[in-house]
Amino acid sequence: MPSLKDLKTRIESVKSTRKITKAMQMVAAAKLRRAQDAAEMARPYTERFNAVMGALAASVGDSDSAPKLLSGTGKDDVQLLVVMTAERGLCGGFNANIAKLAKQKAAELKAKGKTVKILTVGKKGRDAMKRDFGSLFIGHIDLSDVKRIGYADAQGIAKDILGRFDAGEFDVATIFYAKFVNVVSQIPTAQQVIPAAFDAPEEGDAASNTLYDYEPDEEAILADLLPRGVATQIFAALLENGASEQGARMSAMDNATRNAGEMIEKLTIEYNRSRQAVITNELIEIISGAEAL
Amino acid sequence: MAETMQFDLVSPERSLMSAQVKSVQIPGADGDMTAMPNHAPLITTLRPGILTVETEKGTEEFVVTGGFAELGEGLSVLAERALPKGDVDQATYEAMVDEAQSTYNQTKETFKNEPGPVDDAAKLLSDMVAVGTHIGLSPKQPSL
Repeated sequence: MPSLKDLKTRIESVKSTRKITKAMQMVAAAKLRRAQDAAEMARPYTERFNAVMGALAASVGDSDSAPKLLSGTGKDDVQLLVVMTAERGLCGGFNANIAKLAKQKAAELKAKGKTVKILTVGKKGRDAMKRDFGSLFIGHIDLSDVKRIGYADAQGIAKDILGRFDAGEFDVATIFYAKFVNVVSQIPTAQQVIPAAFDAPEEGDAASNTLYDYEPDEEAILADLLPRGVATQIFAALLENGASEQGARMSAMDNATRNAGEMIEKLTIEYNRSRQAVITNELIEIISGAEAL
Repeated sequence: MAETMQFDLVSPERSLMSAQVKSVQIPGADGDMTAMPNHAPLITTLRPGILTVETEKGTEEFVVTGGFAELGEGLSVLAERALPKGDVDQATYEAMVDEAQSTYNQTKETFKNEPGPVDDAAKLLSDMVAVGTHIGLSPKQPSL
Protein backbone atom coordinates (compact mmCIF):
# COMPACT_ATOMS: atom_id res chain seq x y z
CA MET A 1 0.00 0.00 0.00
CA PRO A 2 1.36 3.42 -0.93
CA SER A 3 2.34 5.64 1.93
CA LEU A 4 0.54 8.85 2.76
CA LYS A 5 3.36 10.88 1.32
CA ASP A 6 3.27 8.96 -1.98
CA LEU A 7 -0.44 9.54 -2.29
CA LYS A 8 -0.05 13.20 -1.62
CA THR A 9 2.59 13.60 -4.36
CA ARG A 10 0.37 11.66 -6.77
CA ILE A 11 -2.54 13.97 -6.07
CA GLU A 12 -0.37 17.02 -6.56
CA SER A 13 0.99 15.76 -9.86
CA VAL A 14 -2.46 14.87 -11.21
CA LYS A 15 -3.61 18.32 -10.17
CA SER A 16 -0.90 20.02 -12.17
CA THR A 17 -1.68 17.77 -15.14
CA ARG A 18 -5.26 18.90 -14.91
CA LYS A 19 -4.14 22.50 -14.91
CA ILE A 20 -2.15 21.93 -18.09
CA THR A 21 -4.89 20.09 -19.95
CA LYS A 22 -7.41 22.73 -18.89
CA ALA A 23 -5.16 25.46 -20.23
CA MET A 24 -4.60 23.56 -23.48
CA GLN A 25 -8.33 23.15 -23.86
CA MET A 26 -8.90 26.86 -23.47
CA VAL A 27 -6.13 27.72 -25.92
CA ALA A 28 -7.58 25.25 -28.42
CA ALA A 29 -11.02 26.78 -27.98
CA ALA A 30 -9.67 30.24 -28.79
CA LYS A 31 -7.70 28.95 -31.75
CA LEU A 32 -10.71 27.00 -32.97
CA ARG A 33 -12.71 30.20 -33.16
CA ARG A 34 -10.03 31.78 -35.30
CA ALA A 35 -9.61 28.71 -37.49
CA GLN A 36 -13.35 28.51 -38.03
CA ASP A 37 -13.49 32.17 -38.97
CA ALA A 38 -10.69 31.67 -41.47
CA ALA A 39 -12.46 28.69 -42.99
CA GLU A 40 -15.66 30.70 -43.20
CA MET A 41 -13.88 33.61 -44.91
CA ALA A 42 -12.44 31.33 -47.56
CA ARG A 43 -15.74 29.71 -48.37
CA PRO A 44 -17.18 32.33 -50.79
CA TYR A 45 -14.04 32.18 -52.90
CA THR A 46 -14.02 28.41 -53.10
CA GLU A 47 -17.71 28.22 -53.90
CA ARG A 48 -17.58 30.78 -56.68
CA PHE A 49 -14.43 29.28 -58.03
CA ASN A 50 -15.90 25.81 -58.24
CA ALA A 51 -19.09 27.12 -59.83
CA VAL A 52 -17.20 28.90 -62.58
CA MET A 53 -14.83 26.03 -63.09
CA GLY A 54 -17.74 23.62 -63.28
CA ALA A 55 -19.34 25.67 -66.04
CA LEU A 56 -16.05 26.05 -67.87
CA ALA A 57 -15.13 22.42 -67.60
CA ALA A 58 -18.54 21.41 -68.87
CA SER A 59 -18.25 23.68 -71.90
CA VAL A 60 -14.74 22.62 -72.85
CA GLY A 61 -15.76 19.10 -72.01
CA ASP A 62 -13.85 16.12 -73.25
CA SER A 63 -12.37 17.73 -76.30
CA ASP A 64 -8.90 16.44 -77.08
CA SER A 65 -7.34 19.80 -76.50
CA ALA A 66 -8.55 19.97 -72.90
CA PRO A 67 -5.62 20.57 -70.55
CA LYS A 68 -4.14 17.52 -68.88
CA LEU A 69 -4.97 18.84 -65.45
CA LEU A 70 -8.62 18.45 -66.34
CA SER A 71 -8.73 15.37 -68.50
CA GLY A 72 -5.93 13.47 -66.80
CA THR A 73 -3.09 11.62 -68.44
CA GLY A 74 -5.40 8.85 -69.52
CA LYS A 75 -3.86 6.47 -67.01
CA ASP A 76 -4.15 5.89 -63.31
CA ASP A 77 -1.07 3.77 -62.77
CA VAL A 78 0.85 6.08 -60.54
CA GLN A 79 -1.09 7.52 -57.65
CA LEU A 80 0.06 10.35 -55.45
CA LEU A 81 -1.41 10.54 -51.97
CA VAL A 82 -1.02 13.87 -50.24
CA VAL A 83 -1.51 13.26 -46.55
CA MET A 84 -2.21 16.45 -44.64
CA THR A 85 -2.05 16.27 -40.87
CA ALA A 86 -1.14 18.44 -37.92
CA GLU A 87 2.33 19.38 -36.77
CA ARG A 88 1.49 18.62 -33.17
CA GLY A 89 -0.01 15.76 -31.29
CA LEU A 90 -2.26 15.72 -28.23
CA CYS A 91 -5.37 16.12 -30.30
CA GLY A 92 -7.15 12.82 -29.85
CA GLY A 93 -7.56 10.64 -32.88
CA PHE A 94 -7.19 13.48 -35.36
CA ASN A 95 -3.83 12.54 -36.89
CA ALA A 96 -4.39 8.82 -36.49
CA ASN A 97 -7.72 8.93 -38.31
CA ILE A 98 -6.31 10.71 -41.34
CA ALA A 99 -3.32 8.39 -41.43
CA LYS A 100 -5.61 5.39 -41.13
CA LEU A 101 -7.68 6.44 -44.12
CA ALA A 102 -4.56 7.13 -46.17
CA LYS A 103 -3.06 3.78 -45.21
CA GLN A 104 -6.23 1.99 -46.18
CA LYS A 105 -6.26 3.69 -49.55
CA ALA A 106 -2.57 3.04 -50.11
CA ALA A 107 -2.97 -0.65 -49.33
CA GLU A 108 -6.01 -0.85 -51.59
CA LEU A 109 -4.16 0.76 -54.50
CA LYS A 110 -1.14 -1.43 -54.00
CA ALA A 111 -3.35 -4.52 -54.03
CA LYS A 112 -4.62 -3.36 -57.42
CA GLY A 113 -1.07 -3.22 -58.69
CA LYS A 114 -0.76 0.56 -58.86
CA THR A 115 2.33 2.46 -57.93
CA VAL A 116 1.76 4.60 -54.88
CA LYS A 117 3.71 7.70 -53.95
CA ILE A 118 3.17 9.63 -50.78
CA LEU A 119 3.72 13.28 -50.03
CA THR A 120 3.21 14.30 -46.44
CA VAL A 121 2.25 17.67 -45.08
CA GLY A 122 2.61 17.89 -41.33
CA LYS A 123 5.00 15.99 -39.12
CA LYS A 124 2.53 13.75 -37.34
CA GLY A 125 1.20 12.16 -40.49
CA ARG A 126 4.72 11.43 -41.61
CA ASP A 127 5.51 9.70 -38.35
CA ALA A 128 2.34 7.66 -38.51
CA MET A 129 2.87 6.50 -42.09
CA LYS A 130 6.59 5.91 -41.83
CA ARG A 131 6.52 2.37 -40.53
CA ASP A 132 4.32 0.82 -43.18
CA PHE A 133 4.88 3.07 -46.14
CA GLY A 134 8.14 4.87 -45.46
CA SER A 135 9.66 3.60 -48.69
CA LEU A 136 6.96 5.33 -50.72
CA PHE A 137 7.63 8.83 -49.43
CA ILE A 138 8.67 11.25 -52.11
CA GLY A 139 8.62 14.40 -50.10
CA HIS A 140 7.54 16.25 -47.03
CA ILE A 141 6.27 19.76 -46.48
CA ASP A 142 6.87 21.27 -43.10
CA LEU A 143 4.38 23.80 -41.83
CA SER A 144 5.59 23.92 -38.24
CA ASP A 145 6.84 27.49 -38.63
CA VAL A 146 3.54 28.69 -40.02
CA LYS A 147 1.45 30.40 -37.37
CA ARG A 148 -1.50 31.26 -39.54
CA ILE A 149 -2.13 29.37 -42.71
CA GLY A 150 -2.22 31.74 -45.66
CA TYR A 151 -2.98 31.24 -49.29
CA ALA A 152 0.74 31.46 -50.04
CA ASP A 153 1.35 28.23 -48.08
CA ALA A 154 -1.26 26.43 -50.14
CA GLN A 155 0.28 27.86 -53.29
CA GLY A 156 3.66 26.47 -52.27
CA ILE A 157 2.24 22.99 -51.83
CA ALA A 158 0.31 23.25 -55.08
CA LYS A 159 3.43 24.36 -56.91
CA ASP A 160 5.32 21.34 -55.61
CA ILE A 161 2.54 18.97 -56.68
CA LEU A 162 2.05 20.60 -60.09
CA GLY A 163 5.78 20.51 -60.75
CA ARG A 164 5.78 16.78 -60.13
CA PHE A 165 2.73 16.37 -62.34
CA ASP A 166 4.37 18.26 -65.19
CA ALA A 167 7.43 16.07 -64.80
CA GLY A 168 5.17 13.07 -65.26
CA GLU A 169 5.78 11.66 -61.81
CA PHE A 170 2.17 10.64 -61.23
CA ASP A 171 -1.23 10.38 -62.94
CA VAL A 172 -3.72 10.94 -60.16
CA ALA A 173 -3.39 12.99 -56.99
CA THR A 174 -5.62 12.67 -53.96
CA ILE A 175 -5.47 14.79 -50.84
CA PHE A 176 -6.32 13.50 -47.38
CA TYR A 177 -7.58 15.80 -44.67
CA ALA A 178 -10.23 15.99 -41.98
CA LYS A 179 -13.42 17.83 -42.69
CA PHE A 180 -14.65 19.88 -39.78
CA VAL A 181 -18.21 19.08 -38.79
CA ASN A 182 -18.25 20.19 -35.20
CA VAL A 183 -16.08 20.04 -32.11
CA VAL A 184 -16.67 16.35 -31.48
CA SER A 185 -16.71 15.11 -35.03
CA GLN A 186 -14.17 15.54 -37.80
CA ILE A 187 -14.46 13.31 -40.83
CA PRO A 188 -11.27 12.13 -42.53
CA THR A 189 -11.81 12.78 -46.22
CA ALA A 190 -10.09 11.83 -49.45
CA GLN A 191 -10.47 14.23 -52.35
CA GLN A 192 -9.09 13.91 -55.82
CA VAL A 193 -7.43 17.09 -57.07
CA ILE A 194 -5.69 15.95 -60.26
CA PRO A 195 -7.31 15.40 -62.68
CA ALA A 196 -9.65 18.07 -61.41
CA ALA A 197 -13.14 16.92 -60.56
CA PHE A 198 -15.77 19.63 -60.45
CA ASP A 199 -19.44 19.14 -59.88
CA ALA A 200 -21.16 19.75 -63.17
CA PRO A 201 -23.77 22.48 -62.82
CA GLU A 202 -27.25 21.06 -62.45
CA GLU A 203 -29.56 21.06 -65.43
CA GLY A 204 -31.91 23.99 -65.39
CA ASP A 205 -29.64 25.85 -63.05
CA ALA A 206 -29.62 29.54 -63.96
CA ALA A 207 -25.84 29.71 -64.09
CA SER A 208 -25.47 26.81 -66.51
CA ASN A 209 -27.87 28.40 -68.98
CA THR A 210 -25.93 31.60 -69.18
CA LEU A 211 -23.76 31.77 -72.24
CA TYR A 212 -20.58 33.47 -71.24
CA ASP A 213 -18.19 35.32 -73.45
CA TYR A 214 -14.65 34.34 -72.71
CA GLU A 215 -11.71 36.65 -72.81
CA PRO A 216 -9.19 35.32 -73.81
CA ASP A 217 -10.66 32.04 -75.08
CA GLU A 218 -12.01 29.26 -72.88
CA GLU A 219 -8.97 27.09 -73.07
CA ALA A 220 -6.56 29.86 -72.16
CA ILE A 221 -8.70 30.66 -69.15
CA LEU A 222 -8.86 27.02 -68.16
CA ALA A 223 -5.12 26.66 -68.48
CA ASP A 224 -4.70 29.68 -66.25
CA LEU A 225 -7.28 28.66 -63.71
CA LEU A 226 -6.68 24.94 -63.25
CA PRO A 227 -3.40 25.35 -61.36
CA ARG A 228 -5.15 27.92 -59.20
CA GLY A 229 -7.92 25.41 -58.66
CA VAL A 230 -5.44 22.96 -57.17
CA ALA A 231 -4.12 25.67 -54.85
CA THR A 232 -7.65 26.67 -53.88
CA GLN A 233 -8.63 23.12 -53.03
CA ILE A 234 -5.50 22.62 -50.99
CA PHE A 235 -6.05 25.92 -49.20
CA ALA A 236 -9.62 24.96 -48.33
CA ALA A 237 -8.43 21.57 -47.11
CA LEU A 238 -5.69 23.15 -44.98
CA LEU A 239 -8.19 25.47 -43.34
CA GLU A 240 -10.63 22.63 -42.67
CA ASN A 241 -7.76 20.67 -41.25
CA GLY A 242 -6.78 23.58 -39.02
CA ALA A 243 -10.27 23.87 -37.61
CA SER A 244 -10.54 20.10 -37.19
CA GLU A 245 -7.23 19.91 -35.37
CA GLN A 246 -8.23 22.53 -32.84
CA GLY A 247 -11.67 20.98 -32.44
CA ALA A 248 -10.18 17.55 -31.86
CA ARG A 249 -7.65 18.94 -29.41
CA MET A 250 -10.34 20.79 -27.55
CA SER A 251 -12.48 17.73 -26.98
CA ALA A 252 -9.47 15.55 -26.23
CA MET A 253 -8.27 18.01 -23.62
CA ASP A 254 -11.75 18.35 -22.20
CA ASN A 255 -11.84 14.59 -21.68
CA ALA A 256 -8.37 14.63 -20.16
CA THR A 257 -9.37 17.37 -17.74
CA ARG A 258 -12.42 15.42 -16.68
CA ASN A 259 -10.44 12.21 -16.24
CA ALA A 260 -7.90 14.04 -14.12
CA GLY A 261 -10.73 15.33 -11.94
CA GLU A 262 -12.07 11.83 -11.42
CA MET A 263 -8.63 10.53 -10.60
CA ILE A 264 -8.09 13.26 -8.03
CA GLU A 265 -11.35 12.33 -6.35
CA LYS A 266 -10.41 8.66 -6.17
CA LEU A 267 -6.94 9.40 -4.87
CA THR A 268 -8.29 11.79 -2.26
CA ILE A 269 -10.65 9.13 -0.94
CA GLU A 270 -7.79 6.64 -0.77
CA TYR A 271 -5.63 9.23 0.96
CA ASN A 272 -8.27 9.97 3.58
CA ARG A 273 -8.87 6.29 4.16
CA SER A 274 -5.22 5.51 4.78
CA ARG A 275 -4.85 8.56 6.98
CA GLN A 276 -7.77 7.27 9.07
CA ALA A 277 -6.14 3.85 9.21
CA VAL A 278 -2.93 5.37 10.56
CA ILE A 279 -4.84 7.28 13.23
CA THR A 280 -6.80 4.19 14.27
CA ASN A 281 -3.59 2.24 14.46
CA GLU A 282 -1.96 4.80 16.73
CA LEU A 283 -5.00 4.89 19.00
CA ILE A 284 -4.98 1.12 19.32
CA GLU A 285 -1.33 1.22 20.25
CA ILE A 286 -1.89 3.90 22.89
CA ILE A 287 -4.92 2.13 24.38
CA SER A 288 -3.32 -1.29 24.47
CA GLY A 289 -0.20 0.29 25.95
CA ALA A 290 -2.28 1.90 28.70
CA GLU A 291 -4.11 -1.34 29.40
CA ALA A 292 -0.88 -3.24 29.79
CA LEU A 293 0.18 -1.04 32.69
CA MET B 1 -30.82 57.22 -59.69
CA ALA B 2 -28.25 55.39 -61.69
CA GLU B 3 -28.55 51.67 -62.13
CA THR B 4 -26.44 49.53 -59.88
CA MET B 5 -25.34 45.93 -59.76
CA GLN B 6 -24.10 43.57 -57.11
CA PHE B 7 -20.32 43.49 -56.86
CA ASP B 8 -18.21 41.07 -54.85
CA LEU B 9 -14.47 41.13 -54.49
CA VAL B 10 -13.13 38.03 -52.81
CA SER B 11 -9.66 36.70 -52.24
CA PRO B 12 -8.99 33.20 -50.90
CA GLU B 13 -8.39 34.57 -47.45
CA ARG B 14 -11.30 36.93 -47.08
CA SER B 15 -14.05 38.83 -48.77
CA LEU B 16 -12.97 42.42 -49.34
CA MET B 17 -16.05 44.08 -50.66
CA SER B 18 -19.64 43.28 -51.34
CA ALA B 19 -21.83 46.16 -52.37
CA GLN B 20 -24.09 47.71 -54.98
CA VAL B 21 -21.94 49.55 -57.48
CA LYS B 22 -22.34 51.71 -60.55
CA SER B 23 -19.34 50.50 -62.49
CA VAL B 24 -16.10 48.64 -62.08
CA GLN B 25 -12.89 48.95 -64.05
CA ILE B 26 -11.27 45.56 -64.43
CA PRO B 27 -7.65 44.99 -65.46
CA GLY B 28 -8.47 42.13 -67.84
CA ALA B 29 -5.83 39.91 -69.37
CA ASP B 30 -6.59 41.28 -72.83
CA GLY B 31 -6.92 44.88 -71.73
CA ASP B 32 -8.80 47.01 -69.26
CA MET B 33 -12.55 47.05 -69.38
CA THR B 34 -15.32 48.74 -67.52
CA ALA B 35 -18.22 46.63 -66.38
CA MET B 36 -21.56 48.35 -65.93
CA PRO B 37 -24.98 46.96 -65.04
CA ASN B 38 -26.54 44.71 -67.69
CA HIS B 39 -23.23 43.85 -69.24
CA ALA B 40 -23.23 40.70 -71.37
CA PRO B 41 -22.15 37.61 -69.41
CA LEU B 42 -18.40 37.32 -69.53
CA ILE B 43 -15.52 35.53 -67.89
CA THR B 44 -12.07 37.00 -68.07
CA THR B 45 -8.77 36.42 -66.38
CA LEU B 46 -7.01 39.29 -64.64
CA ARG B 47 -3.55 40.67 -64.95
CA PRO B 48 -1.90 42.51 -62.07
CA GLY B 49 -3.38 45.96 -61.96
CA ILE B 50 -5.76 48.36 -60.30
CA LEU B 51 -9.42 47.59 -59.89
CA THR B 52 -11.50 50.75 -59.64
CA VAL B 53 -14.94 50.47 -58.13
CA GLU B 54 -17.40 53.28 -58.50
CA THR B 55 -20.23 53.32 -56.00
CA GLU B 56 -22.85 55.88 -55.14
CA LYS B 57 -20.63 57.12 -52.37
CA GLY B 58 -17.44 57.49 -54.37
CA THR B 59 -14.70 55.36 -55.80
CA GLU B 60 -12.58 52.71 -54.19
CA GLU B 61 -9.42 51.23 -55.59
CA PHE B 62 -7.84 47.85 -55.05
CA VAL B 63 -4.60 46.33 -56.18
CA VAL B 64 -5.19 42.84 -57.56
CA THR B 65 -2.68 40.29 -58.77
CA GLY B 66 -4.23 37.77 -61.08
CA GLY B 67 -7.38 35.73 -60.73
CA PHE B 68 -10.55 36.08 -62.73
CA ALA B 69 -13.78 38.02 -63.00
CA GLU B 70 -17.20 36.63 -63.69
CA LEU B 71 -19.83 38.94 -65.06
CA GLY B 72 -23.30 37.52 -64.91
CA GLU B 73 -26.23 38.89 -62.95
CA GLY B 74 -23.68 40.80 -60.96
CA LEU B 75 -19.95 40.96 -60.99
CA SER B 76 -17.71 38.79 -58.89
CA VAL B 77 -13.99 39.22 -58.95
CA LEU B 78 -11.96 36.34 -57.57
CA ALA B 79 -8.51 37.72 -57.08
CA GLU B 80 -5.54 35.64 -56.10
CA ARG B 81 -4.45 38.49 -53.87
CA ALA B 82 -6.28 41.74 -53.39
CA LEU B 83 -5.41 44.70 -51.21
CA PRO B 84 -7.03 48.09 -50.79
CA LYS B 85 -4.80 50.55 -52.59
CA GLY B 86 -3.99 52.45 -49.42
CA ASP B 87 -2.57 49.30 -47.81
CA VAL B 88 0.08 48.82 -50.44
CA ASP B 89 3.31 50.51 -49.42
CA GLN B 90 6.71 50.42 -51.04
CA ALA B 91 7.80 47.30 -49.15
CA THR B 92 4.68 45.28 -50.05
CA TYR B 93 4.98 46.39 -53.61
CA GLU B 94 8.64 45.49 -53.89
CA ALA B 95 7.95 42.08 -52.41
CA MET B 96 5.33 41.51 -55.09
CA VAL B 97 7.69 42.57 -57.86
CA ASP B 98 10.44 40.38 -56.46
CA GLU B 99 8.09 37.43 -56.49
CA ALA B 100 7.19 38.03 -60.13
CA GLN B 101 10.87 38.46 -60.91
CA SER B 102 11.82 35.13 -59.38
CA THR B 103 8.94 33.41 -61.20
CA TYR B 104 10.26 34.92 -64.40
CA ASN B 105 13.80 33.78 -63.75
CA GLN B 106 12.59 30.30 -62.93
CA THR B 107 10.46 30.10 -66.06
CA LYS B 108 13.38 31.26 -68.15
CA GLU B 109 15.46 28.43 -66.71
CA THR B 110 12.80 25.77 -67.22
CA PHE B 111 11.62 26.70 -70.70
CA LYS B 112 14.82 27.66 -72.44
CA ASN B 113 13.63 27.11 -75.97
CA GLU B 114 9.96 27.88 -75.63
CA PRO B 115 9.14 31.56 -75.88
CA GLY B 116 5.48 31.13 -74.81
CA PRO B 117 5.73 30.71 -71.04
CA VAL B 118 8.72 33.03 -70.80
CA ASP B 119 6.83 35.82 -72.54
CA ASP B 120 3.88 35.27 -70.23
CA ALA B 121 6.07 35.55 -67.18
CA ALA B 122 7.78 38.64 -68.59
CA LYS B 123 4.41 40.27 -69.15
CA LEU B 124 3.31 39.42 -65.64
CA LEU B 125 6.47 41.02 -64.34
CA SER B 126 6.11 44.20 -66.35
CA ASP B 127 2.44 44.48 -65.37
CA MET B 128 3.48 44.16 -61.77
CA VAL B 129 6.04 46.90 -62.23
CA ALA B 130 3.47 49.13 -63.93
CA VAL B 131 1.21 48.83 -60.90
CA GLY B 132 3.81 50.76 -58.94
CA THR B 133 3.64 53.72 -61.29
CA HIS B 134 -0.15 53.73 -61.06
CA ILE B 135 -0.26 53.94 -57.32
CA GLY B 136 2.47 56.53 -57.08
CA LEU B 137 5.25 54.41 -55.66
CA SER B 138 8.68 54.53 -57.16
CA PRO B 139 8.71 51.62 -59.60
CA LYS B 140 11.26 48.92 -59.05
CA GLN B 141 13.16 48.19 -62.23
CA PRO B 142 12.98 44.58 -63.37
CA SER B 143 15.83 42.75 -65.02
CA LEU B 144 14.56 41.00 -68.09
